[in-house]
Amino acid sequence: MPGPDLLSSQGLRLDGRRPNELRRIRCKLGVFTQPDGSAYLEQGNTKVLAAVYGPHQAAKSKMSTEGVVVNCQYSMATFSTGERKNRPRGDRKSQEMSLHLRQALSSAIKTELYPRSQIDIYIEVLQADGAAFCASVNAATLALIDAGVPLRAYACACTSSVAWRGSQPEPLLDVGHVEEAAGGVCLTVAALPSTGSIALLEMSHRLHMDYFEVVISRAMQGCRDIEVILDKAVREHLAEGWTKQDIVTI
Amino acid sequence: MSGHVSIKLASERVNPSVASNNEIPRFFTPGEVICGLGDFMRGHGTYLEDNNIKSSVAGVMQKVNKLICVHPLKSRYVGEIGDVVVGRVIEVQQKRWKVETNSRLDSILQLSSVNLPGGELRRRSAEDEQMMRQLLKEGDLISAEVQSIYSDGSLSLHTRSLKYGKLQQGVMVKVFPSLIRRRKNHFHVFSFGISMIIGNNGFIWISPIPRELTNEERNVNSDTSSPEVSKHERKAIARMKNCIAALASSKMMLDDNSLRYAYEESFKYLNVKDLLDTEAMLDVAFLTQHRINDYDED
Repeated sequence: MPGPDLLSSQGLRLDGRRPNELRRIRCKLGVFTQPDGSAYLEQGNTKVLAAVYGPHQAAKSKMSTEGVVVNCQYSMATFSTGERKNRPRGDRKSQEMSLHLRQALSSAIKTELYPRSQIDIYIEVLQADGAAFCASVNAATLALIDAGVPLRAYACACTSSVAWRGSQPEPLLDVGHVEEAAGGVCLTVAALPSTGSIALLEMSHRLHMDYFEVVISRAMQGCRDIEVILDKAVREHLAEGWTKQDIVTI
Repeated sequence: MSGHVSIKLASERVNPSVASNNEIPRFFTPGEVICGLGDFMRGHGTYLEDNNIKSSVAGVMQKVNKLICVHPLKSRYVGEIGDVVVGRVIEVQQKRWKVETNSRLDSILQLSSVNLPGGELRRRSAEDEQMMRQLLKEGDLISAEVQSIYSDGSLSLHTRSLKYGKLQQGVMVKVFPSLIRRRKNHFHVFSFGISMIIGNNGFIWISPIPRELTNEERNVNSDTSSPEVSKHERKAIARMKNCIAALASSKMMLDDNSLRYAYEESFKYLNVKDLLDTEAMLDVAFLTQHRINDYDED
């Protein structure tokens, strides 16, 4: 099957990564003081800020006695992509992204604990270089942890694509903007890696069923790798902010 | 107008953490298995899955007999009966006020759990429900005590003591509630001319020391003009506000001792506004930590 040439003859990708390699992830928790929780995450050149407010009293129209209402707002900065473009918050793409984020994060949050409450999650993409949604999920997870919101597990998201080496499929992890634009298939997976459950799955373009298994397993591997990185960042943050008095002695 | 402006590169940012010589405990992160079910009971911050007790927040584990809890580094205020809180009235409803206290749900102050000013006894009548807005209106700050906790986790407050009630003339500072150390007393009067209410919910109220009013005076200007606050007092309040900000940015526990130390150390900087500099904030926090350590050793 002919496809865009995403792998060099040495088996390296356009940006020099190996097929199973993530871009560098750097993250920081507690970047703001005003919200209850916040995080900044860089995945390669994709840069995302996340802020979490709540749980707080839900607005009357939204209130649910079943569990907490998760409210997401995804927005991209004017300067985030190659061409400057003013994106009003209500546009179709960011609305769709907000819905997806809500779906992915609601499955991680223990919503049943806080009836009649609401959690607001605000995402701002500062630079989009492929997989902005994944970076948003990962940043939102960190912000939720920073806010002390109870989670079932880390929610991590990762993309994968597929390239062809001869006639053999070679799945690519963590698709960058160039590879996305080259027009291959792009599978986005948001998962709770420690439980192995998938929270959200989205695919652009068509892919033969026979190859689906390898592509999704590579994406899941990416989610597990990301979880390790996030966990490390959380532990570092805890060690930095911990004070001896935090444990109440009875 | 030429002011002092300092703009720093991101790489030169000051790390606000104050090194204290305590060992790092074992941390748990969401989804991590704490232990098998055994005959343990799961408390806050944990959940049960596949016969394992797992953590649901990132923080330190605390075990009381068979109860296992995980406390996050910071979270919204979780109220306990008897806590002193500072809150803002956001709604006047029938027979009750809604108060924002940084809690998960809005707190409630019943009309039946307030004392009328001047110690007057309340008559349950329609007029007195209509007087509610004169007592406390939207936007007013109050200090109160947690009376009980409803089944959904929202707090019921009361102000049935002369200590509590409406707050006027002062500054409120918000910090994370986990930074407030629980003490027997949360009302403090400092010798340098300010009084403070350190609310358990992370809201701190700083005000000048109230002058003792005679009874006639109280009747004359009960709800008209408040006494003027002198420049000296205003400076002291501003300095204390900056000290709180300095300690909070270095994640130091706040109580009357640490704040008094910080206030005294802050006189290294003569101008109050100099304390807003990140280096100065770190310096004050560092000196305060030093004094606390010294005190602990003695």
